[in-house]
Amino acid sequence: MIEVKNISKSFGTKNVLNDVSCVMESGRINLIIGTSGSGKTVLLKCMVGLMPVDKGEVLYEGADFFQLDENARKELRTQIGMLFQGSALFDSLTVEHNVMFPLDMFTKKTLSEKKKRVNEVLDRVNLKDTNLKYPAELSGGMKKRVALARAIVLNPKYLFCDEPNSGLDPQTSLVIDKLIDEITKEYNITTIMNTHDMNTVMESGDHIVYLHQGMKRWEGNKHDIIYSEDEYLNQFIFASDFLKDAKRMRIMNEATRNTK
Amino acid sequence: MIKLLEHFGKYLLMLKGMFTKPENARVYWKEFIHQCNEIGIGSMGIVVIISLFLGAVTTIQTAYQLISPLVQKYVIAQIIRDSTFLELSPTVVCIVLAGVVGSKIASELGNMRVSEQIDALEIMGINTKTYLILPKILASFIVIPCLITISMFLSIWGGYLAGTLSGIMNDQQFTQGLTKDFVTFNLTFGLIKAFTFAFIISSISAYFGYNVKGGALEIGRASTTSVVVSCILILFADYGLAALLL
Repeated sequence: MIEVKNISKSFGTKNVLNDVSCVMESGRINLIIGTSGSGKTVLLKCMVGLMPVDKGEVLYEGADFFQLDENARKELRTQIGMLFQGSALFDSLTVEHNVMFPLDMFTKKTLSEKKKRVNEVLDRVNLKDTNLKYPAELSGGMKKRVALARAIVLNPKYLFCDEPNSGLDPQTSLVIDKLIDEITKEYNITTIMNTHDMNTVMESGDHIVYLHQGMKRWEGNKHDIIYSEDEYLNQFIFASDFLKDAKRMRIMNEATRNTK
Repeated sequence: MIKLLEHFGKYLLMLKGMFTKPENARVYWKEFIHQCNEIGIGSMGIVVIISLFLGAVTTIQTAYQLISPLVQKYVIAQIIRDSTFLELSPTVVCIVLAGVVGSKIASELGNMRVSEQIDALEIMGINTKTYLILPKILASFIVIPCLITISMFLSIWGGYLAGTLSGIMNDQQFTQGLTKDFVTFNLTFGLIKAFTFAFIISSISAYFGYNVKGGALEIGRASTTSVVVSCILILFADYGLAALLL
């Protein structure tokens, strides 16, 4: 479990996060949603320690990340996997070496053991025969899957995903969502995901935190969000007429079902 | 001025941050060897061409200026030898290397920063300064003086070829000039300069590349800035070392 306590972060005079608190639950997909510039990525980066906070705490199983000494912090980081928006694969390494990199750095496995593990995780993300390809030779969706394989190769306890669907077509987005969902359940990982994607919100949102102008405005799950009365959240979620209609239809269907 | 001090402070912190225990010495060693190869083999071609022509042109221009019949021909070889050891090879070649190696280091690190590859390494718990910058500085520290030594040899050889093929002097006169009044310290001085400039080129370009913020445009800017700053610092250090040691 990760607990965010009263986090504030400013850049110059601009307050990007203002007293944000939330609890990211274990073994579930925790979504952070909000409009562009609402502070989602900054919150995620503060949670993994890529950015220092001005105020507040990030507690991993009760231990404040920012109070840990260097060794404890390194140790904790080996339990964190992160899927970046742009995949962040190492250009000069093949797919196999990209995924093998954390194993090379942090384990004493033999080459054959490492190759076995790499093939296992690449299989898990449905990538075969790509071991010798370079990132430049892969499509956006394949890059995301390689990055996901690299993020889970050390069996992390926490998985952070920064807009995993950005730049992907709706079908590939669903594949990535499904993979993250399955991996979260299979390995009992605490997954924290930033997203704009409404499919992700409706399909995977076990726990959702909505940020608005750097503040937490709403918290709930994919079922609650349909019935939310929050004006800003509704504007964000049901931005298009199509989605507004879909919401109306869903509420009506559920009401009919309840009457029967 | 304040900005300059801020940069200097951040540069010192970057250097301090490099010295931590590697997570896995074998992986770091591999990276060091990779960098030696990239910097050494990658710059060999340009160093060979520049050095040969530096020596050749210096021979012809020196001969053109020494028209007095009182000056022996072997003096030309002496001038080539000393100017190669003292200035041409260490300084001119390092200024070229600031362009070749420096821009490569800055753009590589800048690209890694912009595409979040450095963040990905940080998340894994790797000290990115130790893993990405230290091997580059150490590799430069070892490889650049080797390149300068090769350059010294090639420059003199270029001078020999130009001198003998154009009939400025013969074989014997050139050899006499090379060996006469040879001061070993000149060679040492050239190598001291090579080590100093290697450190300047690699650390300055790593600093500008590592701290890139923004996108592709900023990577280009960082690359250019690193070359300009490295060249200026090389010239300052060149003057400082000459004033101190000669």
